[in-house]
Amino acid sequence: MAGYIFRRILQAVPVLLGTTFLIYFMVFAMPGDPLLALFGDKTPNPALLERLRAEYHLDQPFIVQYFLYLGGILRGDFGTSFSGEPVSAILARTFPVTIRLAIMALFIEFVGGVLIGLVSGLRKGKLFDASALVVSLIFISLPIFVIAFVGQFIFGIQLGWARTTVSSGAPIQDLILPAFVLASITFAQIVRLTRSSVIETQSLDFVRTAYGKGLTRRRIIPVHILRNSLIPVVTYAATDFGVLLVGATVTEGIFNVPGVGRTLYQAIIRGEGPTVVSFVTVMVLIYLVVNLVVDLLYGLLDPRIRYVK
Amino acid sequence: MSDRNTTSPQTASTAASGAQKPLLEIKDLQVGFQTTGGIVPAVRGVDLTLMPGQTLAIVGESGSGKSTTAHAIINLLPGPGRITGGSIVFDGQELSSFSEKQMEEVRGSQIGFVPQDPMSNLNPVWSIGFQVEETIRANGVATGRKEVRAHAIQVLKEAGLADADKRLKQFPHQFSGGMRQRVLIGIGLSARPKLLIADEPTSALDVTVQRRILDHLDIGTAVLFITHDLGLAAERAEQLVVMYKGKIVEAGPSKEILQNPVHPYTQRLVAAAPSLASRRIQSATLASPTHHLSDLDYAPTKVTEGLDLIAAAEERIEHQPKVKRPDAIVVKDLTKVYKIRGQGKGAAGSLTAADNVNFSVEKGTTTALVGESGSGKSTVAKMILRLEDPTSGSIMIDGQDVAPLKGKPLLDLRRRMQPVFQDPYGSLDPLRNIGNTIAEPLSTHKVGDRASRKARVLELLDQVALPQALITRYPNELSGGQRQRVAIARALALKPDIVVLDEAVSALDVLVQAQILKLLADLQAELELTYLFITHDLAVVRVIADNVCVMQNGKIVEAATTDDVFDNPQEQYTKELLNAIPGAGITLGV
Repeated sequence: MAGYIFRRILQAVPVLLGTTFLIYFMVFAMPGDPLLALFGDKTPNPALLERLRAEYHLDQPFIVQYFLYLGGILRGDFGTSFSGEPVSAILARTFPVTIRLAIMALFIEFVGGVLIGLVSGLRKGKLFDASALVVSLIFISLPIFVIAFVGQFIFGIQLGWARTTVSSGAPIQDLILPAFVLASITFAQIVRLTRSSVIETQSLDFVRTAYGKGLTRRRIIPVHILRNSLIPVVTYAATDFGVLLVGATVTEGIFNVPGVGRTLYQAIIRGEGPTVVSFVTVMVLIYLVVNLVVDLLYGLLDPRIRYVK
Repeated sequence: MSDRNTTSPQTASTAASGAQKPLLEIKDLQVGFQTTGGIVPAVRGVDLTLMPGQTLAIVGESGSGKSTTAHAIINLLPGPGRITGGSIVFDGQELSSFSEKQMEEVRGSQIGFVPQDPMSNLNPVWSIGFQVEETIRANGVATGRKEVRAHAIQVLKEAGLADADKRLKQFPHQFSGGMRQRVLIGIGLSARPKLLIADEPTSALDVTVQRRILDHLDIGTAVLFITHDLGLAAERAEQLVVMYKGKIVEAGPSKEILQNPVHPYTQRLVAAAPSLASRRIQSATLASPTHHLSDLDYAPTKVTEGLDLIAAAEERIEHQPKVKRPDAIVVKDLTKVYKIRGQGKGAAGSLTAADNVNFSVEKGTTTALVGESGSGKSTVAKMILRLEDPTSGSIMIDGQDVAPLKGKPLLDLRRRMQPVFQDPYGSLDPLRNIGNTIAEPLSTHKVGDRASRKARVLELLDQVALPQALITRYPNELSGGQRQRVAIARALALKPDIVVLDEAVSALDVLVQAQILKLLADLQAELELTYLFITHDLAVVRVIADNVCVMQNGKIVEAATTDDVFDNPQEQYTKELLNAIPGAGITLGV
């Protein structure tokens, strides 16, 4: 097991190097001088410009800039943003907010989606199943900002249950509505995946044998049907965590959440290489860790693929 | 005897067991499946009576309603299945009117159930121990961690799993098919039910394993035994019920039915069962060493035409070449070693699947390679077909070493040597129609043009006795037997000299199996084919093969003519295999 985890971490190194290099290169290749853009319409003092260029290593060739940046990361220094704030401070401020939002959304879509999918699958063709399918189709076809605005209007303005924008510090009660909106992107997929998986498992031989053994339906559903049906759903939900992090950009914009999405968007516009690359690096890192955790979880759910030492 | 059809089996068994009350009494049972086009009947008026402690076997081909009858008793019918009439009285209770809740009480604790396929009937994500223990707990046999565990170990040991205490934590995929079936039998018997329903409990297993497992079922509980093998049924059950198209066509004491089948369908089953045919040939050879098969006191009748294995065997012997002919296949010191992943180098990290195998097959004859699963017989077949490369040793086809062949010469070799595999469901492409499937080898080898290929396909369909109209149909519209005929037609398309049949009849019902065996014998006589016949079933070998090689652990332990192997087995292992053919204790009306 330890050997397996070690191999997976080793595999992550080239992935991280590759992604950071690609992102750094793309930011470097963006047209326009980032420093000039910073001054807007004013003509900057050439001496000051020169000093800033040297400070951000913008006078060096691309490859040198990249390695200087990598070296900094190894020392725990993610560089400085154009506003003078260390990138590590921005990371520390924004990532917890977005991760909190994404986890809340993941929890909502997984628990809700699996429950509705399970009941639908067990009552295939009945009224509940038919309505769940129609509702999930509506959610699949609507763009997220439509759902966000409708949610803001109904729950924020008409009913007054939630704030339409998130206050600073992003407390959990403020994040509930954005989390539901964010969850709605993939909620419908989870419902459908669980439903078809439950229907398939239900007709398998070992389920009939479980009835033949004298087990009650109340025991067979969670123990022999649900657990087996969850295997594909867990895989999907995990890869979905990345989608939630990205999807958060739109949701954060609409609900004014002080998270990764908004900050990253601004950094891209300004061409701040270190900030963009640092954010993407952390995102890739989170994605890799989540994938590893899921692969390990998969072994727990399905003993057939438990890893050999 | 003809009045046995009309006499209900009840009369016979009540007379035999005196005033005892029957444990299970089914009267006029009707089961139907709800479809969009109305209710399709599957069981149409079944009556049967089972006394306590007795074993009753239901015999019939797939689709005869035998499994549906068994499932109806404890309401395990699949979704659209319903009991539409009749009564099922078990131990004084009318089961057909039971609610799901009441039925949960009966299942497991009063009526145990052993399903058919050991591979799919254990939940792959729970350990063996968990699945046995939950049954014990659900039926209230024992409470408390320790007692439940002790009871689980006990029932598994009784079912023949000697190291049960060490294996409780293991998962189904770490068990062989035979081991899994023992677990399922242990589960079925764990609550000491009064009745055990065993639905083809061993059809997926090797004969020797089958014998050992069925011995564990013999424990004084009443057993309702579902099988398609008449020989096996007669060996294991006192009473026999023969079902055909949802109805009982014949019922009574096993031996009586076997010795004097009245209904034409039963007669066909008796004629087609390889176990019975091989026993019958055996008794005849032992009675008179200078036997001739036609001396047998057994007259093929109109109803058994085309199914009669003894007639087929007779035909084969008549067509046997009188003079020695050149060898079509010569295998010398053939060895195959597989490396096992993650086990290091050397002997510990490798598996010798074939170990110095030597044999030869004369042109126009059949050699059977017999052994249990894992004995290496399929590995040898794959190497001969050049689907696997041997580690060492040589294979000569018509005097030519096949090892160095590549490209065009290899393609030419493949053209002369064709395989037929076990699974008629898996070996046909579901998206290709029958005509294209049979014509595929012709187009691969660029034989003829479109019109001539079509003509050849039609000719082949005739040869394997399939209607020409099937040419535009798809595999899912065909029965298992028809599919296997298609696979044989495809193998014959290129007019090969050698056909490698890897368990080609093992997955088929006895009647279909008999038809295919007959077809193979006819084709051999007509086209001078050489067969390499891979099987685990010695009974079939007796009927079809001229020579036998018995394999165990990658080695050939015995090789001789079929008659020699059966009449005078040298090795202990061969004797075990022969003893495992069901029907040993039955005196047949020879």
